[in-house]
Amino acid sequence: MAKKKTTVKVLGQDRLADDIYSLWLDAGEIASQARAGQFVSVYTKDASRLLPRPLSICEIDRERGALRLVYRIAGAGTEEFSSYRTGDTAEVLGPLGNGFPAIAAGKRALAIGGGIGIPPMLQLIKDLECEKTAVLGYRDRLFLKEEFERYAPVALATEDGSAGTKGNVLDAIRAEKLEADVILACGPAPMLRALKAYAAEQGIECWLSLEERMACGVGACLACVCRSEEVDAHSHVHNKRICKDGPVFRAEEVVL
Amino acid sequence: MRNTSVTIAGVELKNPVMTASGTFGSGEEYSEFVDLSRLGAVVTKGVANVPWPGNPTPRIAEVYGGMLNAIGLQNPGIDVFAARDIPFLKRYDTKIVVNVCGKTTEDYIEVVERLADEPVDLLEINISCPNVKEGGIAFGQDPKAVEAITKAVKAKAKQPVIMKLSPNVTDITVMAKAAEAGGADALSLINTLTGMKIDIHKRTFALANQTGGLSGPAVKPVAVRMVYQTAQAVKLPIIGMGGILTADDAIEFLLAGATAVAVGTANFHDPYATVRIVEGIERYMDRYGIEDVRELTGAVR
Repeated sequence: MAKKKTTVKVLGQDRLADDIYSLWLDAGEIASQARAGQFVSVYTKDASRLLPRPLSICEIDRERGALRLVYRIAGAGTEEFSSYRTGDTAEVLGPLGNGFPAIAAGKRALAIGGGIGIPPMLQLIKDLECEKTAVLGYRDRLFLKEEFERYAPVALATEDGSAGTKGNVLDAIRAEKLEADVILACGPAPMLRALKAYAAEQGIECWLSLEERMACGVGACLACVCRSEEVDAHSHVHNKRICKDGPVFRAEEVVL
Repeated sequence: MRNTSVTIAGVELKNPVMTASGTFGSGEEYSEFVDLSRLGAVVTKGVANVPWPGNPTPRIAEVYGGMLNAIGLQNPGIDVFAARDIPFLKRYDTKIVVNVCGKTTEDYIEVVERLADEPVDLLEINISCPNVKEGGIAFGQDPKAVEAITKAVKAKAKQPVIMKLSPNVTDITVMAKAAEAGGADALSLINTLTGMKIDIHKRTFALANQTGGLSGPAVKPVAVRMVYQTAQAVKLPIIGMGGILTADDAIEFLLAGATAVAVGTANFHDPYATVRIVEGIERYMDRYGIEDVRELTGAVR
C-alpha cells in the first residue's frame, strides 16, 4: 500500500496567460518522490464530476516540499481548480507515471514543449545535467519562457510569427540549426508524430510524453492506452497504458 | 458478535462488498491503496480465451454524475491471466471471481474449462458488455440466448456460475428468469446502460466507439429498481451494482434484495472506496443494532 490520495494546501495561484494557470501546492510527500515528466491526478470538489484530472508536474521544489502545476482550463474541472486561492485545499494523488529518463552528461539534449506540453519541460530542463536547449512552441501568447531562460538557451516558435521562428518547434530547430543526441518532448500529437519522424531520420534518441483521456490514473481501467509497436509485456496486445507504463515512451515503442 | 458474511451459491464472503468487473483490473493496481483481504471478493476484468486489443481511444468520457466507457474488453487472454493474475490474488484472503467474456459460445466454454482446475471461487459470465460487436450483449438481450449460454456454461463449469445481466432490455426480469431456467447459481446486475456523448466544439462523438456504457451515481436509481424487480422475480442470490459510491448506496441495494454488492466507478473517484464502504456498512449495523448483515437483504418490500 504505497500510493496515497491526499488533501494538500494551496500555496498560491497565478494566471500566466488567458486560460493558463500556475498552481503551487504544499505537497511535501509527493514532491519528495516526484521526477520530471510525472503527473498527478487532481480531484474536483463537485461529486458530479467523478474522474480526476491528470495534470503534469511543472516544477518540484523539494526544499520547500512544494509542487507546481501549470495547466490550461479545458472544462468545468480545471475551471474549478483555477478558482483555488492560497489556503484552500486540493485533493491530489501522485506522483503517477514514469517520468523522463536521466540523460548522460556528455550528450546534447533538446527539451521540446508545444502548447500545454511546455510546463513539464521546465522541471526537466532544471534537472538535465548535460548540454541542453529548450525548444518551445506557442500558438501566440508566451508563458513560462523567462523561467526556461534561467536554466538553458531557449529557441522559440510561434504559429503567428509574433516571437521566434514562425511555425512549429521543428521549424525552430531547423532555423536555428540545433543539433542533438537526444530529444525529449511533450505536446500535441501532430508535433510528437513529426518529432518521431525527424528523430528517426536523424538517428537521434527520442522520448515522447503522451496524453489521453484517463479514468483511474493508476493502470487499472485501460482507458488511456496507446498503440505499441511490439506486443506489450503487461497487456499482451499492442497496447500500453499511458498512465502507468508512460506517459513517457521511447518514440520507437509507440505508434502515433 | 455481528455477522457481516454472506453466502453466494455456497461460497462464503467475509462481507458483501465486491469489486465490479473492469474497474479494478485484477486487483494489483488498487492493492497499493487498499488491503484486498478486507474485501468480500475481487471480481476481475473480463478475460477471454485469447488476448483482445479492445477499442480505439478515446475510450472514456465523463458525464454528469457518471462516465461513459467503451474499453472493449481489452484483456491479455486466459493463459496470461491464469499464470499471473490468479497467483497474485491468491496472496490475499479474499474470494476470487473471474469475469468471463467471449465472442461465441465456444469462446466462453474454452475459458470456463480452462478455469476448472484453477483456485477460483466463482465465475461471472459477461453477457452484457455493450461495447463489443460480437458476443457480449448479443447473448444478453434475448431470453432464449440467455438460457442457452447459461446452460452451456453450467454444463462445463466446475465453479458456481453468476450471470451478469444487461439493463439495456425491455424487462430485466425476463432475462433473470431465463438465466434461472438455464441453471444459473446467481445473478449480477446491472452492467452499464448504453449512452452517447457529443463533443460540441469538435462536432464529433466523445468516444471513438460512438456509444459507451454509462456508469456511476447517475445510474443508481435505475439499478436499485432493477435489483428490486429481479429479487421479486427469481430465487437466485443477486449481486447488486450500479453507481455505488458510499455505504449508504450499498445498503440501498441490500435492502432492495441484493445479497452482495459490487463497487465499480467509485474506485476511480476514490481508490479507497471499497474499504470505506465495508467500514460504513459495519457502522450502519452498529447504529441500528443489526447483528447479521443478511437481515438487510430484501428487507424493503
